[in-house]
Amino acid sequence: MSGEFHDSVVKALGDDALRQHLRRAMDSLIEKRLAVFPDQDALQALRRYGMAIRGNALSKLPQLLERFEARCEENGVHVHWAETTDEANKIVFEILQSNDVKRLVKGKSMVSEEMGLNHFLEDKGIECLESDLGEFIIQLAGETPSHIVMPALHKSKQEIAELFHEKFPDIPYSDDVDELTAVARGILREKFMQADAGISGVNFLIAETGTLCLVENEGNGRMSTTVPRLHIAVTGIEKVVEKLADVPPLLSLLTRSATGQPITTYFNMIKGPRQPGEKDGPQEVHLVLLDNGRSRIFADEELQATLRCIRCGACINHCPIYTRLGGHAYGTVYPGPIGSILEPQKEGLERLGELAEASTLCGACGEVCPVRIPIPKLLNRLRWEGVRQDGTGETSGQGRRRKHSESLAWKGWSSLASRPVLYRIAVKSACRFRRLLPQQLGPWTHVRKAPEIAEKPLRELVEVQGFTDE
Amino acid sequence: MNESRQKILDRLRTVSREEGGWLQRRVDKRAWSEEEKVQRFAECMSAVRAEVYRTSEVSWVKDLQRILKSKGAHNLLYAPVKPHGKLLLEDFSSSGIELLPYDLEVERWKRRLFEEMDASITGCRGAIAETGSLILWPDEEEPRLLSLIPPIHCVLLPAEQIYSTFSEAVDIQGWVEGMPTNALLISGPSKSADIAQVLAYGVHGPKSLVVLIIP
Amino acid sequence: MPRTVYFFATCLVDMFYPNAGLAGMALIKREGLKVIYPRNQTCCGQPAYNAGYRDEARKVAAAQLDLFPGNHPIVVPSGSCAGMMKHHYPDLFFGKPEHAKAVDVADRVWELTGFLTDVLNIKLKDLGEPLRVALHTSCSTRREMGMAHAGESLLAQLDAVEVVEQTHKAECCGFGGSFAVKQPEISSAMVRDKTEALRATEASLVVSQDSGCLMNIGGAIEHQGEGPKTQHIAEFLWERTRER
Repeated sequence: MSGEFHDSVVKALGDDALRQHLRRAMDSLIEKRLAVFPDQDALQALRRYGMAIRGNALSKLPQLLERFEARCEENGVHVHWAETTDEANKIVFEILQSNDVKRLVKGKSMVSEEMGLNHFLEDKGIECLESDLGEFIIQLAGETPSHIVMPALHKSKQEIAELFHEKFPDIPYSDDVDELTAVARGILREKFMQADAGISGVNFLIAETGTLCLVENEGNGRMSTTVPRLHIAVTGIEKVVEKLADVPPLLSLLTRSATGQPITTYFNMIKGPRQPGEKDGPQEVHLVLLDNGRSRIFADEELQATLRCIRCGACINHCPIYTRLGGHAYGTVYPGPIGSILEPQKEGLERLGELAEASTLCGACGEVCPVRIPIPKLLNRLRWEGVRQDGTGETSGQGRRRKHSESLAWKGWSSLASRPVLYRIAVKSACRFRRLLPQQLGPWTHVRKAPEIAEKPLRELVEVQGFTDE
Repeated sequence: MNESRQKILDRLRTVSREEGGWLQRRVDKRAWSEEEKVQRFAECMSAVRAEVYRTSEVSWVKDLQRILKSKGAHNLLYAPVKPHGKLLLEDFSSSGIELLPYDLEVERWKRRLFEEMDASITGCRGAIAETGSLILWPDEEEPRLLSLIPPIHCVLLPAEQIYSTFSEAVDIQGWVEGMPTNALLISGPSKSADIAQVLAYGVHGPKSLVVLIIP
Repeated sequence: MPRTVYFFATCLVDMFYPNAGLAGMALIKREGLKVIYPRNQTCCGQPAYNAGYRDEARKVAAAQLDLFPGNHPIVVPSGSCAGMMKHHYPDLFFGKPEHAKAVDVADRVWELTGFLTDVLNIKLKDLGEPLRVALHTSCSTRREMGMAHAGESLLAQLDAVEVVEQTHKAECCGFGGSFAVKQPEISSAMVRDKTEALRATEASLVVSQDSGCLMNIGGAIEHQGEGPKTQHIAEFLWERTRER
């Protein structure tokens, strides 16, 4: 990872236009969120409630999943379980195959990104069209989402206009957002009509009622889950909540935290397929529950908080690192702070442990998380997991980031700093011989002057000033 | 497949956790009068470019005709069996707007639905003042797509059915007792900000949402 | 109000900003409190903790736990070191014999500016010349310690000081301890933006509660050339208000 991540960081930082674009976008998202949470006390109370709801659900996750599955079966929804993304892809493919599906439309789903579902199905000759406007754009561009809520966030209006012009040369060039939107509407309406199947993600699963909840603004989610005769939803096993009453507060936290909207245009609650007498809706509904490392994350009491996430992206919007890099530099499905705790656990520390280090631990993410995931604390925990050697715990790739030189340096430092007398001598000598110390400190001094060691340390000056130690 | 189910559940179960009912749930609601709720609802709806009209039992059909004409609609998709559908049938013939019943399975007229419909009208199961949301429970008479495919979607909303919050609606209406195959909250016309964070309306669903509030 | 406090100066103040340490102690002493400087103090252990080396961090942290035997507040002129002691010691020593002691220390830790305002309710009389000042509240002081109000209200008490606000003032300066070394490019981009925002205020001085931020911001400004000076807020408050 290291080289790769470093290269993409340097590349992203070199793109001034991207950085300015991101800054403007993030500023506006931050402002919008603030505007819909006018009352600080109410916000904090709601965050505590959101945390409790998600925490409660996780505390009985296996029971809730079984209850949910039982309700789904009563409702006529077929539930499938997949340990890995490969397995999930195969399940989806088999359902499509047995329904003779050639063309499908997709609603936005980060789990399907996790699965690499589009590529998998296209390789099998199934047309797989993204219908969320942002996803549609990046699919046209052959890219991946740079944000979990706004997939095409990194693209400017002009870039999108040029992309449309290149892909649809018959349509006159325009960089008017309404016109671009109308172009997409025209193309996609045709596709919704023709599609044999729709694939979507899920925002919440309700164990009590066996309901699949989808949050969206555009209506493409509703189209994908209503017009074609077959609907397949894919989601992670952690998305379940216990009761219907748990949903309103989470929905409110989700939309307000994500984009500063009091609510999205559509909140779509799906119980099951078309019933006799009904005139529309899919004839079959399937749900694929994906594990892909989640049950391992679940096993750790502290890291389990990762699974509370409701995918609002507020941590991303408030992250100073993401604002500098954009989502692609992370090289992962989930970027930003949530990605930096989720991805190393999912993919292993040996591959992605560096992401946990790509944070100043400034705390902006944890401050806004609607379900109070202590992201900085978990980043710190993963740094430890990366170098710890005791072999306990579940985190994949534990200890694999330990470097001999680094661990020696910390050992030396701790020997010194835990021996006051020695430490005193060391500090005093550093001050005395400060002129002899190097003024070039690697990358630090590329953009900064080296810090200046004082002529005398505080520990000497306090004595002169008459402060005692008792 | 069943094997994966077992393995996943087994892994989750090894983490010993007791099933406790420690979560204190609460119904979040506001002490708003009906008028306050109507106002709040209308404000939220207007903020996302939905059109809200306060009309009456006797005049809504005329108001609807006027609105649809001003929008240049030539037809209206509706549910003939619903009480409001029957009223429409009595009073729409002179308007020049063709009434079309949604009475076939979608597969039998998909292209027509997508390409020829200008507007639709549905009832609703109430609304939410706090967020400006309509509650729709599609059924056999008023199918799911009635509120999605036509570019103009009109909704009749009795003022007394506006709840202060989503939480309150779920609680008072007893949703847990049984929900339809598809239930919806609709809070404005379809929209997106996926192009450069600029808000655009009418992406895939209706371009306009018209709410007629009946006292 | 307490009559005695312990002053835990932090390793950076000790070696790089001793005057800030002296000033912090002097500010408290002037309010009539006795200030104890435990001479065996070294470092809170945060550098190793944030690098993931918890055993090494614990060893150093353990060496600090016995420095504060009396039941007095422990005042720290740094939000991040205070945050380490207040919020991470209990975790770091969880299940270890020193746990109770670590919790006792944690309970008594105060970040300096928060202590001055929230505990001492200090009143400052400005004796200095008119000056334009910007405040960079460190992320730990702001978020972990919840003390963003303290620095602002202290500066507001200085009559001749005009406090100017930089854009994105709540954003991190890009220091982050080992982050600045491990991710130098991102850190550089962040500190460049931070110094630009600070320069744009035309302040002649930037103050902060944390030595790490000062090193980063101050070092960058100096490297860039002319620009505002940087100073620890304690040193600034003391200089503005001391009777000569």
